[in-house]
Amino acid sequence: MNSQTLYLRRRITNAIALGLSMFATLIGLAFLAWILWETLRQGISAINLNLFTKITAYGEDGGLLNAMVGSLVINFIGIAIATPIGVLAGTWLAEYANRTRLGESIRFLNDILLSAPSIVLGMFVYTIVVLPTKTLTDGSTTYSGLAGGIALALIALPVIVRTTDEMLRLVPSTLREAALSLGVPQWKLTMQVLMRSARSGIITGILLALARISGETAPLLFTAFGNLYTTVNPMDKMASLPQVIYEYANQAGDGIHALAWAGAFIITMFVLMLSLLARLILSRNKVSHD
Amino acid sequence: MQANEAALAPTIAQEHRAHRDARDDRMFGWLLKGCALLVLVSLVGAAGATLWGGREAFSTFGWGFLTSSEWNPTDDVYGALVPVFGTIITSFIALLIAVPVSFGIALYLSEVAPPWLRTPVASAIELLAGIPSIIYGMWGLFVFVPFFSDHIKPFLIRYLGREAGDVPGTEHVSWIAQHLPFMGKLFNSENLFGGSVLTAGIVLAVMIIPFISSVMREVFQTVPTRLKESAYALGSSTWEVSWDIVLPYTRTAVIGGIFLGLGRALGETMAVTFIIGNKMKLSPSLLDPGASIASTIANQFGEASGLQKSSLMALAFLLFVVTFIVLLIARLMLRRLAHKEGR
Repeated sequence: MNSQTLYLRRRITNAIALGLSMFATLIGLAFLAWILWETLRQGISAINLNLFTKITAYGEDGGLLNAMVGSLVINFIGIAIATPIGVLAGTWLAEYANRTRLGESIRFLNDILLSAPSIVLGMFVYTIVVLPTKTLTDGSTTYSGLAGGIALALIALPVIVRTTDEMLRLVPSTLREAALSLGVPQWKLTMQVLMRSARSGIITGILLALARISGETAPLLFTAFGNLYTTVNPMDKMASLPQVIYEYANQAGDGIHALAWAGAFIITMFVLMLSLLARLILSRNKVSHD
Repeated sequence: MQANEAALAPTIAQEHRAHRDARDDRMFGWLLKGCALLVLVSLVGAAGATLWGGREAFSTFGWGFLTSSEWNPTDDVYGALVPVFGTIITSFIALLIAVPVSFGIALYLSEVAPPWLRTPVASAIELLAGIPSIIYGMWGLFVFVPFFSDHIKPFLIRYLGREAGDVPGTEHVSWIAQHLPFMGKLFNSENLFGGSVLTAGIVLAVMIIPFISSVMREVFQTVPTRLKESAYALGSSTWEVSWDIVLPYTRTAVIGGIFLGLGRALGETMAVTFIIGNKMKLSPSLLDPGASIASTIANQFGEASGLQKSSLMALAFLLFVVTFIVLLIARLMLRRLAHKEGR
């Protein structure tokens, strides 16, 4: 083969490959645009006042009030449980067990928990919370908002552990040495110096965890279960937005589907806002440190 | 004597305080360690709880649980083959689509795109990972599946599979189905509407693309510039550098990223439940509805009791073990790269 054709062939291969890579990127962006566009279009057209004032017991003529309240309560419980445990566990990984064998293994397992199937975690909570409490209520199944919150906490936990761990490891060691040389005990150093300097990073982690759990559906199906009426009692069965969307999408009827789209729109907006906020906090913090 | 005591007092106070500090530090350390161990507890607990819940199914059906395709609540007979097969096939389709597309995206973002475009496009792709799975489900069920049935499915059946005629026996067999074995079976369907294994695989692909492509992009950036520039200096094209230098150099981590995507795809629940069709029947056709492990659990667990509930728990245990192994491999491979970087 003469060198001219070889050169030409290599150039053509290069052009095709790079063209395809651009095409792949366009595919990814197109799907993103398609999904967001449909959610916006169908969601906005379904938004009305009933959504925020009526409950799902009215079906097609109702709203999503009980689901929104339920979602708020369950997410709150989830974050309230996961935050202290996650922050302390992340601190242990970064400050106490960095480079020890146990610390490395737990960091490693935490990464696995991060992508473990959420439905299995839901079944775990079903087994340890819903089933045992049955005996307290003469055998009737005790689905509850609390159980849903615990399931979500298990999903939020690894996110918070990981960001806390990473953020604390970014704190310069001179800060630790300075505090220790003044005779500050390590717990005080951790709580009052390191936490403070890594605060915005840790808050970012909590926001990301909230974004992650507010769309979770699978583990809620058999922990919080669902409820046609509004309740804030964590020991009650509780509706949540994702669970109502799931149910409505499986029923027939345009009105019902419109409600499901409205719910999907609200969740998407909420999640996107949270990730935007998280990014904002992180970037603003980065600039101020430079 | 008095002077001595006066000198001693602060020392005692100091010692007392040092003692207290040491005690507080120890307790604080234990508290932190306890919290960290909860991560371990929840992983072991999830595996243990599902194994315990599934013990009845495992002891009743034994190994036959894995090989039986019968799932019959009326007769109380359960086999895992259909959902296991569905999980594997949807994840396989997802990888088949997501791996080349993710590689393309990573290549574009690290070598081709103008620098000002890289960050916004990368953030947009990462947004795909932030969209909750139930939104993918809604979009899949109401938008993608109808679109697929109207525009893509007839095309696939006509050109890749076999199409039933108006009169029985007058079916049209495509050229590909005539010349390649299995193709006719893969793309043959009487169900004109509704979800299928293929649609579930495609939507899963979209869901895992951001994970795989962000790992790939990240590791592509770890390739020493010296290495790439040497290749460029010898006259390589961008594609040759990517394929012959960058990819071999980052191979382990790239495979790790793919396994990470696979782990996600295996355990994905809501999106698949919406669009796979949820039919407990084994079919060779990709255009027929099926079921995955996660979708079966989501569909049936609420109303199940007795042996059915136990079988669902057993399915969850299988899923957990398989995803655990896949993710373990993924993390080990990704960690090797981190070590190479000296992190």
